[in-house]
Amino acid sequence: MSYQQKFSVWRGDSDGGDFVEYDVEVNEGEVVLDVVHRLQATEAPDLAVRWNCKAGKCGSCSAEINGRPRLMCMTRMSTLPQDTTVSITPMRTFPVIRDLVTDVSFNYEKAREVRAFVPPADLAPGEYRMQQVDVERSQEFRKCIECFLCQNTCHVVRDHEENKLAFSGPRFLMRVAELDMHPLDAAEDQEGLNRKAAAQDEHGLGYCNITKCCTEVCPEHIKITDNALIPLKERVVDLKFDPMFIRRRKRKSKEKEQVSEEG
Amino acid sequence: MSEIETHSYDVIVIGAGGSGLRAAIAAREAGKKTAIISKSLFGKAHTVMAEGGCAAAMGNVNPNDNWMVHFRDTMRGGKFLNNWRMAELHAKEAPDRVWELETYGALFDRTPEGKISQRNFGGHTYPRLAHVGDRTGLEMIRTLQQKIVSLQQDDFARTGDYEANIKVYAECTVTDLIKDGERIAGALAYWRESGRHLLLEAPAIVMATGGVGKSYKVTSNSWEYTGDGHALALRAGASLINMEFLQFHPTGMVWPPSVKGILVTESVRGDGGVLTNSEGKRFMFDYIPDVFKDQYATTEEEADRWYTDADNNKRPPELLPRDEVARAINSEVQAGRGSPHGGVFLDVSSRMPAETIIKRLPSMHHQFKELADVDITKEPMEVGPTCHYVMGGIEVDPDTGQASVPGLFAAGECSGGMHGSNRLGGNSLSDLLVFGKRAGDGAAAYVDSLSARPVLDEVEVKRAQERSVAPFGDGSQDGAENPYTLHQELQQTMNDLVGIIRKEEEVRQAITKLGELKERAKNLVVEGHRQFNPGWHLALDLRNMLLVSECVANAAVLRQESRGGHTRDDYTTMDAEWRHKLLVCTADGDDGVQIVEQEQIPMRSDLMELFELDELKKYFTDAELPGGATA
Amino acid sequence: MTTTAPDAAPRQGAGRAAIAARTLRTDRWWFPPAIQAAGLTLWVAYATFRAFMQDHYWIDQYHYLTPFYSPCVSNGCTPEAAEFGRFLPDWPILPYAAMTLPFLLLFRLTCYYYRKAYYRAFWMSPPACAVAEPHSSYSGETRFPLIGQNAHRYFFYAAVIISVINTWDAIHAFTTADGEFGFGLGNVILVINVLLLWTYTVSCHSCRSIMGGKLNHFSKHPVRYRLWLGISKLNGRHMLLAWVTLGTLAITDFYIWGLSADWFDDLRFVN
Repeated sequence: MSYQQKFSVWRGDSDGGDFVEYDVEVNEGEVVLDVVHRLQATEAPDLAVRWNCKAGKCGSCSAEINGRPRLMCMTRMSTLPQDTTVSITPMRTFPVIRDLVTDVSFNYEKAREVRAFVPPADLAPGEYRMQQVDVERSQEFRKCIECFLCQNTCHVVRDHEENKLAFSGPRFLMRVAELDMHPLDAAEDQEGLNRKAAAQDEHGLGYCNITKCCTEVCPEHIKITDNALIPLKERVVDLKFDPMFIRRRKRKSKEKEQVSEEG
Repeated sequence: MSEIETHSYDVIVIGAGGSGLRAAIAAREAGKKTAIISKSLFGKAHTVMAEGGCAAAMGNVNPNDNWMVHFRDTMRGGKFLNNWRMAELHAKEAPDRVWELETYGALFDRTPEGKISQRNFGGHTYPRLAHVGDRTGLEMIRTLQQKIVSLQQDDFARTGDYEANIKVYAECTVTDLIKDGERIAGALAYWRESGRHLLLEAPAIVMATGGVGKSYKVTSNSWEYTGDGHALALRAGASLINMEFLQFHPTGMVWPPSVKGILVTESVRGDGGVLTNSEGKRFMFDYIPDVFKDQYATTEEEADRWYTDADNNKRPPELLPRDEVARAINSEVQAGRGSPHGGVFLDVSSRMPAETIIKRLPSMHHQFKELADVDITKEPMEVGPTCHYVMGGIEVDPDTGQASVPGLFAAGECSGGMHGSNRLGGNSLSDLLVFGKRAGDGAAAYVDSLSARPVLDEVEVKRAQERSVAPFGDGSQDGAENPYTLHQELQQTMNDLVGIIRKEEEVRQAITKLGELKERAKNLVVEGHRQFNPGWHLALDLRNMLLVSECVANAAVLRQESRGGHTRDDYTTMDAEWRHKLLVCTADGDDGVQIVEQEQIPMRSDLMELFELDELKKYFTDAELPGGATA
Repeated sequence: MTTTAPDAAPRQGAGRAAIAARTLRTDRWWFPPAIQAAGLTLWVAYATFRAFMQDHYWIDQYHYLTPFYSPCVSNGCTPEAAEFGRFLPDWPILPYAAMTLPFLLLFRLTCYYYRKAYYRAFWMSPPACAVAEPHSSYSGETRFPLIGQNAHRYFFYAAVIISVINTWDAIHAFTTADGEFGFGLGNVILVINVLLLWTYTVSCHSCRSIMGGKLNHFSKHPVRYRLWLGISKLNGRHMLLAWVTLGTLAITDFYIWGLSADWFDDLRFVN
């Protein structure tokens, strides 16, 4: 069973562009990316689109379909209304390169600003012991396929270009949470890096107003807000806002200093 | 020439999958200024698709496991055609490479003692695969990516420049390797984004470009798998081995199109899924080869009893080895009893309740529901053989990864030898790590050994530049060819004629057809301009696919036996006389290939002694067996 | 040499695809925020009206006290309803439960779920996902006053104390004015309300963090891990509980108001 579907695809580059209408044959069981490929093979051989695995595992084919940030390979045609034109546009938050391809280098720059896992100096490879319950939270965040749909939909940067400097976005705040919850990360002990402080001061956690769009668009169904961002905010409260915890921590670190002086 | 963007490195790694990233880490840690060239974005490589796990004999789950058991399993899987030195290094070093990943921040699933958990997999004697659910490949690629970021952070702390010593060129394709005499001197690439050329000068290049699956119509591989590394190496004068060995998975989805090629895991059959044809018949009972008659059930009743009582019943024939299942599916389709879209039906829906299916096969159920709206609890799947992995690749020195061209190294799927005629599941991810590191180290050592850097030949560069923009034509061509059409014809040809089951006359037809396609490819014309132009990209990739397909077809016609990933309908058995012969493919002229036979290096005696003589007799000629010369 | 054009920082960042529409969403994206805004507005209006009514909050015969007046600590309170003493001045602008209502309000105002709801529904920041917000600048919760949201856990502590008081109210309601055991529909409503208040309160994100979320080694704290697991389950329903408890609070209050105003009688099962 196939039918004709009207599409409105944004074509252009950073100098400008517009919607181009196409009438494309759609077959049963196809996803939007199949249709885009058919367009390339027929009417629009130079239509630029980024894709790789076509199985929802690599996170390359991010775009906006009828205004909603989605992976093209995971948007079935059967979920879209047949009687109205389907719009396909590039992700709006990032500079467009051409047609549906955007420049996502913002994300790679932010990724570099999150200090990587710091291996504990006293453990040799093969000596790592971690319990399953202790790695499960970080494992959820490591399901991330880096499609950057959360980064794209987050209004903090989507609607406010100027915040890109101060705000790393849900994907990389989640990365901070992942490392902060890692049972063996030695960033604080060995490099004096407090990841909670970094989340707030360097990655702009305070900008997040937990409106949960990142969670809504995540194709991996990672509970970014509830499991990464809010727990991280609570950890930041421990560190920076809650007088009870600040006092306790100061006392502890003093004790530690004394111990190390004596030792 | 003066306008071209030029950069200078010690080591260039082409490919940013598991082996490429591991090689880059090794080269950078050896103090070499390193570049990684990636066709896609950083972190999107096909490695993410690997689900099962990474095989390493750590012995965390079963302490009896060790490198010797792993070595034996690997050799058996590859039907003893493997490069034994590679299999040895792989089995010995895989545990260290996996443990190393933990120091980069990887979080594998754990055993109750807190060690890395290991799972069972086909062909492995003990539970051996380190894994993270069914997304081990993603974990690996992300871990290596983050390790590179970590190295960049170290460089930033020291120099103020993240990219001082290691830089990723994302969405950048290499079109030619440039040599200085016999030695590698650099590579010409273009930015996919702008279409502008980029010249990278370096004495050492590590090839880590993955496989060739995109030459096939039904494949689990992504668009990147166009055999670039194979073709670049060939043109630079290197040789490929074992190109006739391709691994086809018998049950890839053939319909709907959104999931075409995607694997349906073997456990669907292991858990009770049955294969039926268009007449509704469970046809596998008709395809039990004589040698397996005693081990497999001959009636549906007995087969069905096996699922609940495996000890007292024989296995259902759906669980025959992959090549037998694939051959049976092939025969049914050719006899006109296939499904509407050219496969057969794989049905679990009528075999067990929906809840059981969801419980046993959660990710399968989820994947097909989300990607294709196919509910495997309600309807049968349409499946057929899908091209999955190429065992063949660039011939390298096992210890250093160096190819026959000085300065050229290779690792991962694009290198050949390690897996012999057939790869075991789980051995791919460990292969990437072990030989990625070795190739990176090898490249670094090679650079150290040079007294003078090779020089880029301007004429060569100019010629390579012209060749890469040739598809834009000058508007004068008659009968211009469209790259998409040519690609489809190539895929159809390889799928039908050099697919899972091969016959001499069919493969010869394919060779003729490939010749025609190659001629037609000279008239390729693409529309538009050089900025992110998919038609142009395909036109360039097509040149590689055609060249590599010629190697596959020509090797397939020569090897007159069936072994692992090479099944001949006209030579259905394994022949010990072929075991010790490798088919070596080299470039002949500009775009042709030639194949010569080459003797395998005899296995070291201490490794030979790891096997029982009875087992060796099945694979080796009498002369090759211990004491055979005197017998 | 070219110089960069000195335009004011464009909201649509340089180089983005030139798409004028605020959103291309074709679904009814405006519906959820609209219904939330309506729901919250109605509830606040009702609660405000009732809090300042200073009447119809206590059924002396059955010891029913509406949660909106608990604890009743104003000099204006009926003495029988004032289980915790009377010390606040009886002013019309001061609700009888002025000791607790502000904390309850702040507990919900700083709740991670309600924040999402009202940031979207009232402040339109953003109104829905991938729909541009109308503000020209945005600083989130980085400055005063919104940085105060970080005090949520303190309002959670207060909410726990208030839940204890509400529990006492529900228990106390099982005695009648004659000192006997009594049981009616009002008791059922009060008990259901207080149980749901507890689940909403402990399903709070701050509670989840305090109980175990802040730990990095669950395996060394098995009890806290269990607590965290349980709370995490409830926490997944935090939104649902947030709305359900608004409903049960209003229903409980309205029931007592109705009884007090003699619109209907309590359905009594025992005494």
